Amino acid sequence: MERRGVVASPGGTSESMPHSSDKVVQEVRQQGGVVLIRLAGEIDMHRTPEVLQAVEPHMQSRPKRVVVDLSDVEYMDSSGVGTLVHLFRQVNSNGGKLVLVKPNERVRSVFEITRLDRFFVICQDQQEALKQ
Amino acid sequence: MDYSWPDRPPDAVDLSIPSEPRSLTVVRAAVERMAKMAGFREPDLSQVILAVDEALANVIKHSYRGATDQPIRVRLQPTRGPNNCGGLLVLVRDYGTAVDPATIQPRNLDDIRPGGLGVHIIRSVMDEAEYSCPESGGMQLRMVKYVRSEQAARG
Repeated sequence: MERRGVVASPGGTSESMPHSSDKVVQEVRQQGGVVLIRLAGEIDMHRTPEVLQAVEPHMQSRPKRVVVDLSDVEYMDSSGVGTLVHLFRQVNSNGGKLVLVKPNERVRSVFEITRLDRFFVICQDQQEALKQ
Repeated sequence: MDYSWPDRPPDAVDLSIPSEPRSLTVVRAAVERMAKMAGFREPDLSQVILAVDEALANVIKHSYRGATDQPIRVRLQPTRGPNNCGGLLVLVRDYGTAVDPATIQPRNLDDIRPGGLGVHIIRSVMDEAEYSCPESGGMQLRMVKYVRSEQAARG
């Protein structure tokens, strides 16, 4: 059975700042034991709650593989990386695997600076990630 | 609380923002422009942006404990470094909870868990990073990164 979800634009806590209307969670698709998450844009402290909110329902089924496609992510800070670490720990505790797809150089360097590149499997496309 | 701020040098840019996570993208854009003007190229350009972003996120999380309506000031100022290379001086000033600067330390990275990475990032990518507690309250982080000679040569 396949489940798909697309997340709505973010809500906010302050009326004084403009909303960013672009969606950072482009797609969450679940098929069998695999969850595919496609992110985009700038994943920072402001946007990470949207990512968790969109993904958490799909983690209830204890997927064996979670593929996070980062090819359209322009920027990620430590809170974005922390969200991926959170997912990594969840998947790992279920005996599954989390695979990242095509982070750009900017995003990849955050993993390198924080030395988290030791823990994540990084692939160049979704097909390769599904085979890992 | 005394919100005074040293006079802005003619070549510096001052930003005054609320402690609202949505404002981070605005600061990142300003840092990118100023760092490019100072001569930074990739990958150092991205690293300066990341360090300032992490500093602001820490202010929101720790100094203001998530409150979104508190003042943060950021100064971006071109500077000169060793061998007369270019650089960028960044001041991040908050008026929230002050802590002993000596206690602000990066955590052990062998422990794979979310959170606590900002200080490590700041200290790793910037050439200088120094926290202080101004007499008027709150905290200030002074960071500097210099343009590496090969980037300066490339222009």
